Amino acid sequence: MVTKLPKTDVVTVGVGWTGGIIAAELSKAGLKVVGLERGGDRSTENFAMKHDELRYALRYELMQDLSRETLTFRHNSKQRALPMRQYGAFLLGNGVGGAGTHWNGMTDRYNPYDFEIRSKTIEKYGESKIDPELTIQDWGITYDEMEPYYTKFELMAGISGDETPLRGHRSEPFPNPALKKTPAMDIFFDATKEMGLDPFVIPAANNSQAYDNPDGQHLAACQYNGFCERFGCEFGAKGSPNTTVIPTALKTGNFELRANSEVLEILHEGGKATGVLYMDTRTGERFEQPAEVVAVTSYTFNNNRLLLNSGLGTPYDPKTGRGTIGKNYCYQVIVGNDGFFDDEKFNSAIGSGGLAAVLDNFNADNFDHSDYDFLHGGSVLMGQKGKRPIDENQVPSGTPRWGKEFKAQSLKYYNRHLNLYTYGAQLPTVHNYLDLDPTYKDINGYPLLRMTFDFTESDRKRGKFLNQQTRKILEAMGATHISDDTNMDHFDMTRYQATHNTGGVIMGADPETSAVNNYLQMWEHDNVFVVGGSAYAHQSGYNATATLGALAYRASEGIIDYSKKGGSLA
Amino acid sequence: MEKKEDQKLETTETTNNSRRQFLKSSGIAVGGIAVGSALGGILGMYGKEEEAPAATPAESQPAQQHDHALQYFTNRADFEKLGQATERIFPEDENGPGAIALGVPYYIDHQLAGKWGINAKEYRQGPFFEGVPEQGYQSQLKHHQVFDLGLEALDKYSQEKFDALFVALDGEQQDEVLTAFENDEVKIPGLRSSLFFELLRKTTIEGVYADPLYGGNKGMAGWKMKEYPGVQMSYADKVEETEFLKIEPKSLHDTHN
Ligand SMILES: Cc1cc2nc3c(=O)[nH]c(=O)nc-3n(C[C@H](O)[C@H](O)[C@H](O)COP(=O)(O)OP(=O)(O)OC[C@H]3O[C@@H](n4cnc5c(N)ncnc54)[C@H](O)[C@@H]3O)c2cc1C
Repeated sequence: MVTKLPKTDVVTVGVGWTGGIIAAELSKAGLKVVGLERGGDRSTENFAMKHDELRYALRYELMQDLSRETLTFRHNSKQRALPMRQYGAFLLGNGVGGAGTHWNGMTDRYNPYDFEIRSKTIEKYGESKIDPELTIQDWGITYDEMEPYYTKFELMAGISGDETPLRGHRSEPFPNPALKKTPAMDIFFDATKEMGLDPFVIPAANNSQAYDNPDGQHLAACQYNGFCERFGCEFGAKGSPNTTVIPTALKTGNFELRANSEVLEILHEGGKATGVLYMDTRTGERFEQPAEVVAVTSYTFNNNRLLLNSGLGTPYDPKTGRGTIGKNYCYQVIVGNDGFFDDEKFNSAIGSGGLAAVLDNFNADNFDHSDYDFLHGGSVLMGQKGKRPIDENQVPSGTPRWGKEFKAQSLKYYNRHLNLYTYGAQLPTVHNYLDLDPTYKDINGYPLLRMTFDFTESDRKRGKFLNQQTRKILEAMGATHISDDTNMDHFDMTRYQATHNTGGVIMGADPETSAVNNYLQMWEHDNVFVVGGSAYAHQSGYNATATLGALAYRASEGIIDYSKKGGSLA
Repeated sequence: MEKKEDQKLETTETTNNSRRQFLKSSGIAVGGIAVGSALGGILGMYGKEEEAPAATPAESQPAQQHDHALQYFTNRADFEKLGQATERIFPEDENGPGAIALGVPYYIDHQLAGKWGINAKEYRQGPFFEGVPEQGYQSQLKHHQVFDLGLEALDKYSQEKFDALFVALDGEQQDEVLTAFENDEVKIPGLRSSLFFELLRKTTIEGVYADPLYGGNKGMAGWKMKEYPGVQMSYADKVEETEFLKIEPKSLHDTHN
């Protein structure tokens, strides 16, 4: 039996970063919003026991319960896709705040080059520069159009940051000064400046000072005691949906937050969505929530899966290249090295999730690619997130993995080790896509999403190039030993890399090649807005969240507009 | 509402009183260290060596560790065997205690008895197929079953190779056996021996460094060896410090009590 509820203006599927932003903006504008979140409710008071590496980082306390739902994965269409039975490469958010509750907080804008990657590449290097295997396309929006939305996101989350000449122009300075630098970061700064590079402190949502955001939400100052990535902040010192947009939305009286509510399908009739079907995960009761507008804000994977399971949009067919849902799934090229410093001793436990020294000299089109056989690049970072003892047991190459020598070396180097790594761009190809798995189902009997994904030759070349840079910098920093370069032969689902999964419901200017317009409104169903990293036409060389936050602000504007006049906004 | 607050206050008072009581009777000089942190160390059994005089019986006579009993294993021989295997992974040496003294076997026992042991938060629907390594864990066995089969095979393989049970072998022989497991050289029906080895290695390291709450890392000695300060509330005034800071570790017990 399905109970039909009274109609609302807007329903969001999921209440993480994107759902939270949409809820705040629309409820401030006077629209009635219902937020359906499959996980439980939580806020700062729930994080007093957060310094528990085992529970949160290794047993995934805050993440999606994979026994209910996961995805399947294969490298290519010749392999059998198998379920991701345990966590590895990325971690899926679950509960009010989504992955935004337990993100690290690094906050990057994408490069102006990204939004017009195809046009700008052709303009500078000619069409032949683009490997025919790659399906890169412009995003249907420019950096200048994105700029005001980035600013909104940064002011809302209280981003602490440093200016750098190698990123897009800014209409406003960061709301807070950059976080403090550790001595290890000074070594990185000195060495890279000497090399003629331009290091800076990466912008972060871990607030460098107490801050009141434009919506009147108060954020405390970061205490640098680590435990950000995979953890909630016990001080409320991290810009997260729980500390910002969700309380803002609730304050208006126009937002109803329903936790433990799992959306099963988006309902539609005659080309328009009529609402969603959801289940109370505690009682098993099913409800229909009718709505004028459905905002799909359930992270990249479920954004794709819900559309496919509900029969919205046209599924992508890798054989013909036609259709759009599932197209251009992308990830990230993360390579790097461990550096071991026999003559230094760092306070490795001290740090903050978003604290890192970074440089953009090898990112986007910031360097001339004429002599390289790949496009784009990546940011090169040295993170200072606060090393955790179970996870961090790096030892120089050649050391046994267990036993007496392993013990001695892992103890010795815990405070004498620094890791350099990259967020490298990862460009799309016809072979990498998302569709429904023919075999495996979730707990409710709906097909799981199937990921077909591997690195391309150009990703491997970019990875190799970036790895040369991390090695060179570690050498310049005086590392006594440097670990082997990262193996890029195949994407490895078992090694944590980043929760930066993108594409599948990509934005663009052309309904033939994109699923949503630049307000993230579906071309085929104008009252459905699909918001998140799912809209990225490719993955750039940065952390992914600021861009989806900015797009959520843009989509909010679009929904407000749509609710007044209807129709396609593009 | 008010009543609740009062009660809360009272409990804190009592805790503080018993802390003071304990400190008084134990004769330990706490010096300038915040009571909470020092006490955490003491109750954690090793205490602060430099401040706890050797004469204190508390040092040699640790408080009873009630969680050092078995939740999963039913037979002492299996538990001993597990202990010896973990000790080879993380042996006692001049740096400090090994896996057994740290309570790692108890940690693993408790994990196998709990939700990790039955892969509770993992996708367990079939069909099960062996995949490529990059597809990760595809075994039809749950973690606790992997340990059951693996421990059984430890003896079987030791018998074949050295004509003795695993616990009767010397350290080098035990290493040889474990290496064979690590390299998938041991045939176990339904299980790759390396999967057992990897879970053994992973849980051993977890037991060394997880909060003592879970039964290992006894007295925070894992953290002390690593010069890791455990649960600290703030480093805001230390983040720019160029000297290495020796910080007495604290645990979740200190946060909670
Ligand atoms: C450990 C970790 C560290 C990270 N660090 C960084 C970083 O430093 N910088 C950065 O840029 N990014 C980082 N990220 C990524 C960042 O968290 C995500 O990009 C961001 O949260 C995505 O926002 P979202 O709204 O799309 O998804 P989420 O914030 O995950 O929200 C989606 C919500 O939808 C809910 N949902 C899903 N399906 C359903 C359904 N069927 N019904 C109802 N609800 C549903 C989920 O439960 C979830 O709460 C990190 C992520 C992780 C996991």
